[in-house]
Amino acid sequence: MRILSILSSLSLVALLLMATGCSSVKPWVKPYERDNLADPVMSLSRHGTADAYMHHVYQARESARGAEGGSGGGCGCN
Amino acid sequence: MALMALLTVQSATAATLPVDKVDVLYHRYDGGGMVIDGPSVLVRKGIGPQVSFSGQYYVDSVSAASVDVLATASAYEEERTEYTVGVDYLYDKAILSLGYTNSTENDYEANTLYFSVSQEFFGGMSTVTMGYASGWDEVGKVGNETFSEEADRRNYQLGLSQVVTRNSLVGLDLEVVTDEGYLQNPYRVNRYIDPNDSTLFETQPERYPETRTSTSVALRALYYLPYRASIRGEYRYFSDTWGINAHTMELGYVHGLNQHWTLEGSVRYYTQSEADFYSDLFPFANSQTHLARDKELSSLSGTTLAFGAVYEWKQTSLPGIDRLQFSLLVDWLNFDYDNFRDVTAAGNYLPGEEPLYSFDAYVTRASLILEY
Repeated sequence: MRILSILSSLSLVALLLMATGCSSVKPWVKPYERDNLADPVMSLSRHGTADAYMHHVYQARESARGAEGGSGGGCGCN
Repeated sequence: MALMALLTVQSATAATLPVDKVDVLYHRYDGGGMVIDGPSVLVRKGIGPQVSFSGQYYVDSVSAASVDVLATASAYEEERTEYTVGVDYLYDKAILSLGYTNSTENDYEANTLYFSVSQEFFGGMSTVTMGYASGWDEVGKVGNETFSEEADRRNYQLGLSQVVTRNSLVGLDLEVVTDEGYLQNPYRVNRYIDPNDSTLFETQPERYPETRTSTSVALRALYYLPYRASIRGEYRYFSDTWGINAHTMELGYVHGLNQHWTLEGSVRYYTQSEADFYSDLFPFANSQTHLARDKELSSLSGTTLAFGAVYEWKQTSLPGIDRLQFSLLVDWLNFDYDNFRDVTAAGNYLPGEEPLYSFDAYVTRASLILEY
């Protein structure tokens, strides 16, 4: 039940975001203003599999898991 | 793990298929009596404008002589091999991803099926990702052919990436994981006081609950500095039905030296409380329903210091290669346990009075990414 209530909340948030996308508020950072954001120094996952490997290192030694960024699938490697 | 790699790339560039590439990694973990190393190779290739396939091969070669192993058994070696296949489908401003991972070692087999949808909104300023993973594992035990247990796992994920200004972006991630089945390690034991034993304690098998549900929420922020550099801050809160709460904090800095070279560094701090059924030393045999002395369930804290150098070459003159990136990353990890004592420590200690355990480790990663 707890998971269902969490998922319901998430769905509401998602719907809200979709509704926001359709409203009259315009994106305030234009595509041609995103050169800094596109720079690799602004990437959370610049190293590809090398980044995912660190999640694996921590999951094997700590109890916390999930929300690592980049939507990790379970590795079942504990 | 491989799925994380696939989806990490995808989430950063929603509404654009990931580029064709070869991602080769050598990884090595060395510390706490464990040496684990091996290669990883990922190949990604698009077929037409809407579909991209990927495959990954990953190996962990383990040489184990950790405190858990030495306390009750002899050092051993083993290997884990993992294969992942995935496909991404671009439709308008959405990417649908499907993946399957199989991981095998001599006493454990894990399977995971993954599905996610990533959708851009708001002129590309917002990206929402929803993911679901289902895992089914088979647990075996070396030396006991009749031992066979199962564990199932489900992951529910929701992520939001939001451009805030032309120099900053934030990310919010939520993940709920549920496990059901045989969730303990069949080799591990816990200990209890036994005045009749010469060591004054005796051991008994671990006994965990057969279900576990955890929730994690993480907030990340990245800011582009007035020169070519970025700072990053992350915080994650974790809570599960075994009574464990954890906090993870990380600060990172990336500095562009010139068009080819960047240097990076980060600091990470982690702390967790212990599971309700954890004890370093139980008062007597079978003193409660669930029993654990797995140090990962103890209260503990960990610190990581990380450094890296990256060489990037865009528009290379190498035939067929559009971009090359080579990274060398070294992390130093330290773990201090608040309620896990080192029974292998030299000296005559009464049970429960041994020194608390701690260890440090180096993680080295050498990564080569070729985009074509």
